[in-house]
Amino acid sequence: MSLEARFHLQRGTFTLDAAFCVPASGVTAVFGPSGCGKTSLLRAVAGLERCKEGYLKIGDDVWQAGTRFVAPHHRALGYVFQEASLFPHLSVRRNLEYGYRRVPVGDRRMSFDQAVDLLGLESLLVRQPAHLSGGERQRVAIARALLTSPRLMLMDEPLASLDAKRKADLLPFIERLHEELTMPVLFVSHAPDEVARLADHLLLLEAGKVLADGPINDVLTRFDLPLAHDQEAGAIIEATVSGYDETYHLTRLKFAGGEFTLAREVSPPGRRVRLRVLARDVSLTLAHQPDTSILNILPACVEALVDESKAQLMVRLSVGGSPLLARITRKSATVLALAPGKAVFAQVKSVALLG
Amino acid sequence: MLTVADLEALWITLKLAGLTTLILLLLGTPLAWWLSRSRCRLKVVVDVLVSLPLILPPTVMGFYLLIALGPQGPIGGLLESLGGRSIAFTFTGLVAGSVLYSLPFVVQPLQDAFTIIGRRPLEVAACLRAAPLDRFFTVAMPLARHGYLTAAVLGFAHTVGEFGVVLMIGGSIPGETQVLSIAIYDHVEALEYGQAHLLSGALLTLFFVLLLAVYGVKRRLRVVL
Repeated sequence: MSLEARFHLQRGTFTLDAAFCVPASGVTAVFGPSGCGKTSLLRAVAGLERCKEGYLKIGDDVWQAGTRFVAPHHRALGYVFQEASLFPHLSVRRNLEYGYRRVPVGDRRMSFDQAVDLLGLESLLVRQPAHLSGGERQRVAIARALLTSPRLMLMDEPLASLDAKRKADLLPFIERLHEELTMPVLFVSHAPDEVARLADHLLLLEAGKVLADGPINDVLTRFDLPLAHDQEAGAIIEATVSGYDETYHLTRLKFAGGEFTLAREVSPPGRRVRLRVLARDVSLTLAHQPDTSILNILPACVEALVDESKAQLMVRLSVGGSPLLARITRKSATVLALAPGKAVFAQVKSVALLG
Repeated sequence: MLTVADLEALWITLKLAGLTTLILLLLGTPLAWWLSRSRCRLKVVVDVLVSLPLILPPTVMGFYLLIALGPQGPIGGLLESLGGRSIAFTFTGLVAGSVLYSLPFVVQPLQDAFTIIGRRPLEVAACLRAAPLDRFFTVAMPLARHGYLTAAVLGFAHTVGEFGVVLMIGGSIPGETQVLSIAIYDHVEALEYGQAHLLSGALLTLFFVLLLAVYGVKRRLRVVL
């Protein structure tokens, strides 16, 4: 199953001219700077913005093609707006029921109580939206969208209007959606950390055009794209908890290219986690350093190098198939005689556990 | 004390204002909705037409209505040719005149209320599977309830207070088209100041209480929203 779309939209001086095909499963982040057309793209998918020339197909359902245009209320999608947009005249319960009641019983794939449970809304049901915090409102909005049993979930920076604390409170709920529901999510964001944490797939947008789309790790580490040159450039690694060292309180995490050691307890064994390794935290050696404080040393192969500045360059490595980025000085590259195909050891100073 | 004619005038006034307000709320809702959403060029012209009764001297409107509704006028003539009778100098004629005269007092508060809602709540409703009419009744109208309250009160009060238009097209037929404002005028003309005081005092009190109630309700609504 995939989501296939082509939109051409002219609004004043802004043109959205986007064509893409992303898997209709997991979380696809629509990423790009402000004003690049992320929201317009989402609105076009929802049918809130009507493009004269457009094509949209999800699985076998064609929502737009030629003169065919399925009205938004006939599209099985959930839309979570940037600000929660709860109906102010209805209680939380009535807000949740609004969409739920309009879906035929046979099409419902989630019960009212399930959604309330999933987003922890039990104690809020009788409240009016005006008396909720920003994070609570967003949770209600997400549950309300889920209760329409959508085939596709659209989220327009649902965390943007929240402060860091509320954001941290809400993120686990969004991750639960990701883990517990198989529903595809199109998630708009301009925050790299959110994307790194949530997305499986990345759709990169710039000035109304699709710059690239692909699995998140590819897009994050491709040298022809801006993300691999960012100050915060890094790679994502999907790993599994494989053990815990009680003496030193270290968790071992297995992935395709070997094993990471994390200086904190993560449980239970077998749990899948996502790690982020920033390019500036990776250094390279030709031989396995025996006497070093660094625990994470992985055999790797140089794939490509590119100049970042007069002094620095970026190296893309393959660690058993997983890409990894390393930012090193040009001098070091010369001294180590780095070139594509060369075998090295990547010393990873710090690994961040996402979520 | 109030005479039978005064009581009849009071009843006719309330009936006229009530009926006019009801008709205007029904007609004004789609009109105000269209005005608040449309980007059509014709919208400006319609806006102006709706606002016209605000500034037009009531006698001018009354005069044109009289011509139009009379037996030789386009509307009166049409009614007669269809076997009806001219509605000039009838209660029906008064209602028709009042509807036009009070139009802006109902349409403008509704239009403002619909405009303030913006498109977001309706988009949200659309993404929750609500069809256009469904969205209107379950989202737009409840969110515009301030506007409905203002529109109803202004429409009602303005109809009760009208004088020029009803005089021109209604005459002052006791029991048929004589409304309070005209009855007061007639009392003053006949130097019956006592009666004029009574009716004027009654109207003043009625409006004061009405506005007080509206402001009270609006404050409560604001607390809820």
